[in-house]
Amino acid sequence: MSEWRYWLNEQRGTLIGLAIFVLMFAVYIANHPAGLTANVAQTAANKGVLLAFVAMAQAMVVITAGIDLSVGMILVLTNCLASWIVVGTPMQTTAGVLGVLLAGTICGAINGLLVIKGRLQPIVATIATGAVYFGLALLLRPFPGGAVNEDLADAVTGRIFGIIPSSLVVMLVVVLLVWLPFRRSEIGRAAYAAGSAEAAAFMSGVPIRRAKLVAYTLAGLLAGVGGLFLTFFTYTGEAAYASGSGYTLWSIAAVVLGGVSLYGGRGSAVGAIFGAFAARTTGDMLFVFDVDPLWQPLLQGIVLLIAISIGAIGLLRVRNRLEWFR
Amino acid sequence: MTSTQSQSNAPLLRMEGIGKRYGGVRALDSASLVVESGRIHAILGENGAGKSTLIKIMAGVVAPDEGQMLLKDQAVSFRSPAEAAAAGIACVFQELSLIPDLSVADNISISNPPRRLGLIDRKAQRRLSEEALARAGAGDIHPRALVRDLPLSRRQLVEIAKALAWMPRILILDEATSALTASDVTKVFAVLKRLRAEGLAILYISHRMHEIAELADECTVFRNGRNVASYAAGTRSNSEVVEMMIGREVSSAFPPKPAARIHAAPVLSCKNLGWSDRLRDISLEVRPGEVVGLGGLDGQGQRELLLGLFGVLRGTSGTISIDGAARSITSPGAARAGTIGMALIPEDRKTEGLLLPMTVRENLSFAALDRLSRHGVIDRDRENASIEEMVRLLAIKTAGADTPVGALSGGNQQKVVIAKWLTRRPRILLLNDPTRGIDVGTKQEIYQLLRRLAEEGSAILFYSTDYDELIGCCDRVLVLYDGKIVKELAGGEITERALISSALNVQTEPEAAA
Repeated sequence: MSEWRYWLNEQRGTLIGLAIFVLMFAVYIANHPAGLTANVAQTAANKGVLLAFVAMAQAMVVITAGIDLSVGMILVLTNCLASWIVVGTPMQTTAGVLGVLLAGTICGAINGLLVIKGRLQPIVATIATGAVYFGLALLLRPFPGGAVNEDLADAVTGRIFGIIPSSLVVMLVVVLLVWLPFRRSEIGRAAYAAGSAEAAAFMSGVPIRRAKLVAYTLAGLLAGVGGLFLTFFTYTGEAAYASGSGYTLWSIAAVVLGGVSLYGGRGSAVGAIFGAFAARTTGDMLFVFDVDPLWQPLLQGIVLLIAISIGAIGLLRVRNRLEWFR
Repeated sequence: MTSTQSQSNAPLLRMEGIGKRYGGVRALDSASLVVESGRIHAILGENGAGKSTLIKIMAGVVAPDEGQMLLKDQAVSFRSPAEAAAAGIACVFQELSLIPDLSVADNISISNPPRRLGLIDRKAQRRLSEEALARAGAGDIHPRALVRDLPLSRRQLVEIAKALAWMPRILILDEATSALTASDVTKVFAVLKRLRAEGLAILYISHRMHEIAELADECTVFRNGRNVASYAAGTRSNSEVVEMMIGREVSSAFPPKPAARIHAAPVLSCKNLGWSDRLRDISLEVRPGEVVGLGGLDGQGQRELLLGLFGVLRGTSGTISIDGAARSITSPGAARAGTIGMALIPEDRKTEGLLLPMTVRENLSFAALDRLSRHGVIDRDRENASIEEMVRLLAIKTAGADTPVGALSGGNQQKVVIAKWLTRRPRILLLNDPTRGIDVGTKQEIYQLLRRLAEEGSAILFYSTDYDELIGCCDRVLVLYDGKIVKELAGGEITERALISSALNVQTEPEAAA
């Protein structure tokens, strides 16, 4: 009984993210002309998973009290790269997939090294690297185009046994292979500690710098998975600047909705996934309610503002006003 | 009596000839200490006597400049707290070292979690933390509770459990009970006595004399960076202990104090001021022309009192009156406004006093921009005049008004902080330990300045950790202990003996004539 309460307390942010998503998705389905069909679920899953990978990437970094404004551009870069190399025979395709993931990982590691060794502030470092990654993407794909192994693309964006969206299964595998080991490892704990109380973590001999480097690197890998998925989804590569910045922005929104504290130390990538699905559903909801497309960005902005305000409620309890600035 | 033991076996830890300097300040000067297993050893000394530095050296936080440490006759030196902990020296620091967003179990094993297949073994960690919590007498704390959800006193117990998880041979507690409630203190004492029976050596730093009397086997007194006496607990009276702690070298000259102007009505007063458990029932009055000191050991609520008066704290109880009329001061902006005219020289000039990369000019005008502006635009002539006046008045040594303030020496930076507020000509000046870490020459200039401001009619409330300053500068001193004013000293009553014994909140025999 009491164990359960502690579990609830630990997972509060994640569960709130889940609740927001379930609520919004229920409203969306109730108003969808077709209801919850396998097709609707598949489309929702594919769109959600795309943002979910980027949101997981963002969560990794935000947990260390950092931020990565290049995740969207890593997604665009890996998308362009995938549209060249994830083609051909199964062997070639496999090599291509690994190459794309490696590229994402390298991008993330560069961010991490700049922040940790170069002691640059995450916000400026990742704006700059984001611009570089976009520049590379543009060189790779000056015009939209390219191709992808369509068998593989259809398999991971389709359905298993006719009902289960396979993109969700892929995401589950990524969570099991990347997030859970991170969370359970000493490095993962150090990442949380660094985000929560860096000085105390340092005094306890925790490997803060290594943890941050791993967090940024894994963020690059996850953004790369997102880029790969975008390619499977669209069959092409496109160096779209607006799309890259949009993903970055929405990754931050998803992280906040999913209960990850922007001050670091709290939340989980699983919460960020729910946040991503919730964020996606807002967009879809405006569609089913037949809102004038001209109004959609404004309404989405307002929803986002409300969600973020909820996260700041804790500041009202501060008794020493100096703590507002810490 | 000395603590030298003539037994054949070597003491657990022996420190000899330890010296440490911070810049020009000598924190420790050929200090020595002997620590034995199965004993509780109390360390006493006033602010700045060198206790904390000694402990930091033992715990591997700072390295000594000279001297040696022998652990069972083996010379040792630690480069990090982890190395000290691995050698069996664990420290419970006054400032908590816990990670608020992690669970109690995560915190207890943070430095060295049990591993299985490369990942943290949560079952083993759970077991370890339950054992450590039980040893720390805190078996009722759930290992899965998040540290941020625990009250301060419980966190302190977790901190002790964290130290015990290292299975140390020497456990150092630095003011570890200052945040605890009375019932928790009793529990901690029972735990410490049991640990002593298990053969642990315990070093106990506390300012609470009754705690030391109850707990310690032996005591060592530090003064001016040296150990001046060691004795078996209970063999010295409180006044003898105070006597041993007295004796700083007086290094500064102070301006003469004029006769107090008691007849003036107080400009600042507060009644029954309280804030969480850090300030209790504080009532005080400051008259124009008066320099009132805040004394006591570090961290007894002096800072909170100044912050509370200046409108930084929320949810204070009691009333603050300016010129006899109750006022509600809800922000520093309100506190500095015309009819109140309050200024606070903060403790940490680098974060709360200055904008380091900005120029001397910008820093000096910041607090008074409203007065230096016309229709919202800064009047350069007026600004220049004010800056020139301040640079001259305080003799600020700077290459020019457009030098970044970060390029000045510490003493001159502090002058800029003070000058910034003097630009507003405050009627009430609050100072939070303004001379910490600055050179003697600048200190003296600040003393002269305070006296001159008082003569011009300012009311000054002045917290200092340096007893000499309180003696030399203040017309009255209010001594705080545990968030309360325990003693008011005036005029000739302000002596080092009186300050120390009231700071420790003990009675000394009245016959002692200082």
